[in-house]
Amino acid sequence: MKKLLGGAILLLFYSACNSSGNKQTLPIYGERNPVTKTINGQTVTDTVYHTIPPFKFINQYGDSITNKSLQNDIYVADFFFTSCPSICPVMHRNMLNVYNQFKGDNDVKIVSYSIDPKHDSVNVLKDYATKLGVTGNSWYFLQGKKEDTYKLSESYLVTKPQEDAKQMFIHDGYFILVDKQQRIRGTYNGTDPKEVDQLIADIKTLKAEPNQQNAK
Amino acid sequence: MKLTAIGIISLLVIALVACQSEDQLEFNRYYTSGKVLYQSKCQNCHGDNGEGLSALIPPLTDAGYLKTNKKQLACIVKYGLNAPITINKKAYYNKMPLTDMAPVEIAEVLTYVNNSFGNKMGVITTNMVEEDLKGCK
Repeated sequence: MKKLLGGAILLLFYSACNSSGNKQTLPIYGERNPVTKTINGQTVTDTVYHTIPPFKFINQYGDSITNKSLQNDIYVADFFFTSCPSICPVMHRNMLNVYNQFKGDNDVKIVSYSIDPKHDSVNVLKDYATKLGVTGNSWYFLQGKKEDTYKLSESYLVTKPQEDAKQMFIHDGYFILVDKQQRIRGTYNGTDPKEVDQLIADIKTLKAEPNQQNAK
Repeated sequence: MKLTAIGIISLLVIALVACQSEDQLEFNRYYTSGKVLYQSKCQNCHGDNGEGLSALIPPLTDAGYLKTNKKQLACIVKYGLNAPITINKKAYYNKMPLTDMAPVEIAEVLTYVNNSFGNKMGVITTNMVEEDLKGCK
């Protein structure tokens, strides 16, 4: 009898571990609001999630990129500038791992917003991308009006960039994972290779979610 | 009997430590502090293993360059670099920012870099750095 009980407890532990290890969905971040609607005479309450608002920027090829261009993509966003002497090199060294992992995957993109558009012209961004070893359309380097970029950064839930006395830009090094519904599904410290490995794993988890499967 | 054995062993250990020459100790001091400085001031751009970043930031593994330009290294660390540089036969055009480190720190970080990532150039002392800094352009 004792043996049987022991076995049962073991089995319980095993199945508990199994179900927690088999995580199917990622959390959804940001504010959420319940919205009550009447459909066919019935009152339905729906949750509206925080999403990335519309934007319009120019990429390293001089093409205009808007939130619509990304509406069928899972993408990773970050904020940087090409002449950044501090954390950007290590962020983009880590982001290269994400790029190399998914560059052949049409569903996954990377979007790096420059917070120094005055210096980071389209030509500068193109040159930076080329030297980094980035080709094709899976990693965009975007620039637009500085105010727009700063404002947009808030919707990605990162620290709004600031400029200090030396005109250097202060920003945090987060990578933000956005799903096809423009909802934030994860944030990762882009300077930490371990967190970036987690990001790569999470992109794979996200890709497997049923509502990320819609065809283009 | 036991005490004698312990005594002999301790004497041997002391002799071994003393055998580490003055030079070796000096090298170790520079190298260890240099490693900490490298991690805080250089590693973000040049990488954990001095590998650089694609064609943007040069690696620190070109032994030939380090040897030929040994006397300029202190100036580059202190004042940064504003001119193109050729490393491992590849040209790099991006600026390196100045670090404005003290001569002793420059000596430490150079001792670390010049004896890591496959490089083996021995100690760079504060005196050598002070001398080299006089020749900065």
